[in-house]
Amino acid sequence: MEQSIDAQTSGENGRTSIIDVEKLTRVFDNKLRAVDSISFKVYEGEIFGFLGPNGAGKTTTIKMLTTLLKPTSGDAVICGHDLRKSPQQVRWSVGVVPQEYTADEDMTGIENIMLFANLYGIPKEIGRKRADELLALVELQDASGRKVSTYSGGMRRRLELACGLVNHPRVLFLDEPTLGLDVQTRTAVWRYIRLLKEEYRMTLFVTTHYLEEADGLCDRVGIIDNGKIVRIGTTSELKASVGGDAIELGIKEKDVDLTSLISGVDKVISVRKEDDHYRIKADMGEETAPAIMDAVRSAGYHVDRISLTKPTLDEVYLEFTGHKLRDEESGNQHVMAQQRTVRRARA
Amino acid sequence: MISMVQTANTNNVTRRYLVEEERDVPINRGMLHGLWALTNRELKKWYKVPVLLFLSIIQPIIWLGLFGKAMNFGALFTGTSFNIPGLNIPKSTLDLIAKQAMLSTFGTTDYFSFLAVGMLSFIILFTAMFSGMSIVWDRRFGFLDKLLSTPVARGSIIMGKVLSSVIRSLAQAAIVLIVAVLLGMDTSKLTVAGLAGTFAAMFLMAMGLSALFLMLALRSTDWQSQMAIMNLLNLPLLFASNALFPSKLMPAWLQVVTKLNPVSYATDAGRQLLLGSPGFAPLGFDFLFLVAFAALFSGFGIFLSWRYLSR
Ligand SMILES: Nc1ncnc2c1ncn2[C@@H]1O[C@H](COP(=O)(O)OP(=O)(O)OP(=O)(O)O)[C@@H](O)[C@H]1O
Ligand SMILES: [Mg+2]
Repeated sequence: MEQSIDAQTSGENGRTSIIDVEKLTRVFDNKLRAVDSISFKVYEGEIFGFLGPNGAGKTTTIKMLTTLLKPTSGDAVICGHDLRKSPQQVRWSVGVVPQEYTADEDMTGIENIMLFANLYGIPKEIGRKRADELLALVELQDASGRKVSTYSGGMRRRLELACGLVNHPRVLFLDEPTLGLDVQTRTAVWRYIRLLKEEYRMTLFVTTHYLEEADGLCDRVGIIDNGKIVRIGTTSELKASVGGDAIELGIKEKDVDLTSLISGVDKVISVRKEDDHYRIKADMGEETAPAIMDAVRSAGYHVDRISLTKPTLDEVYLEFTGHKLRDEESGNQHVMAQQRTVRRARA
Repeated sequence: MISMVQTANTNNVTRRYLVEEERDVPINRGMLHGLWALTNRELKKWYKVPVLLFLSIIQPIIWLGLFGKAMNFGALFTGTSFNIPGLNIPKSTLDLIAKQAMLSTFGTTDYFSFLAVGMLSFIILFTAMFSGMSIVWDRRFGFLDKLLSTPVARGSIIMGKVLSSVIRSLAQAAIVLIVAVLLGMDTSKLTVAGLAGTFAAMFLMAMGLSALFLMLALRSTDWQSQMAIMNLLNLPLLFASNALFPSKLMPAWLQVVTKLNPVSYATDAGRQLLLGSPGFAPLGFDFLFLVAFAALFSGFGIFLSWRYLSR
């Protein structure tokens, strides 16, 4: 079972796991299995993306890993502490940025951060220093003396981030940190996240709906659907598992069939001749596409157009959460065939 | 370009941040860390909004000024209002009878002074009642979850609320007492020791009651049901006590209830200490009961908060 969801080819590679989840389960009201026996590892110093549609169980998982919800069954070890046996130790070593805005509206930004510094047992002077640094990090210095009730959504989100960092946690859980933010703020938030990883060597566990973001920023991704993890691996591993890059190639000489010629090029997985072009699946599209062009030219034919599409995480996501036809190719063909029929009927 | 400058800034900050030696930070891992910060958080919401303070003391003051003055029981007996036909009792005798009747019923010669001490209990009861609400709000706004994700002792979360409610209610009780004195409360027996003792008794009652109402709210997520619980408890606690009326004139079954009600003991201690009234229980017993009440409910509250705050 576990092998089947693991798109990883690299294995542990000597990395140490900092979160080790074993058959974690949470059942609500004796029937809803919000999180259903999930097992996975997060390695020290990586950004782990946790993806899934609404209600998949992402928040429930984070709440269990941060000791806010008791697991119905299963175990987890975080920073070497057993979630069930020593929740208090887990709390000392992790930070959370929750999905909702939870800062105290009646207090100012700096008062919120100072309160949390105090709750983490940090002496006042050091707390003050950290608060100033964090406010600078999230660019909230100017608003730090204002009540949170006057903050905009983006400012609140950044304040949440600062509060979650005040104890210099080894692992930071971020539950949809960019939800509802404009492009600029979203970029800023991701910049902080990358900074945390690179400069503090912090481990980040991030849930998000924005696949493009996960694609660019996460080292590894886990896809959860209906409480179950359906796929785990690096983003490129996941994309490879959907089957290579797509190349569309148009040739001037419509009457000849070059299928076998193209198949002969290195790294080409499959070739199919459509009406007036070829659909090619290949690994390493950037290098394979020029190689195909060379092969076609040296055989004396003329390329009149070419396009390269990298598989996005969206495709992976749709494929494994089952919200799209399993066999994408046949699906596409079916649609195209229909379109052709319509066109012919009109003509 | 602005973004470039910002990036440079953040990088600078980062480096400073990294320089700080984690090992050298003396982290306070004590059981009580965070308690005062949490207490202060609640207090700030109160003293920074003077309107709230005003609104919370206005009710007992209206009770005092209108109800306390209107219920002028002393006038029932004074010569001007009645005499027995045929028996020409001299007015001075009637006045003496009136005074004795008041003393034996209320322990003081005017109902206003009697009620004034009851109103101290009243304001403490009503302040404690609302302490439960604050945990419901914190849960609804997600702030409680945020607190629970920190290593602060679960007991500190509840005791912070208890303490802030105690401090708030004692401050409000002090204001009510001052207003009562200004409106003519009997001060002939007032001593510093008496005042201190009264506030000690009120402190204990406030602590026990706040812990009680907080415990009832520990698992609650909606404020309507919390309001319902509050309303279910507060009037019985007030009426089935000696705060508004002496319990010895009540029917026997109600007297049993007043004897179990902590509000009675705090009020009784206050009347003995401020007005020199004869006690409904010995002063020592009042305090014993209140200490036990406060300790029991605070302890129980702390225990339950470790068990039931997270779900
Ligand atoms: N306290 C609760 N009681 C009952 N059911 C709950 C509770 N919390 C969550 N659930 C259910 O568990 C499932 C998973 O919820 P969860 O919040 O983990 O989803 P999510 O992946 O975070 O979704 P989203 O992307 O919308 O945030 C949902 O069906 C939700 O209704
Ligand atoms: Mg969620």
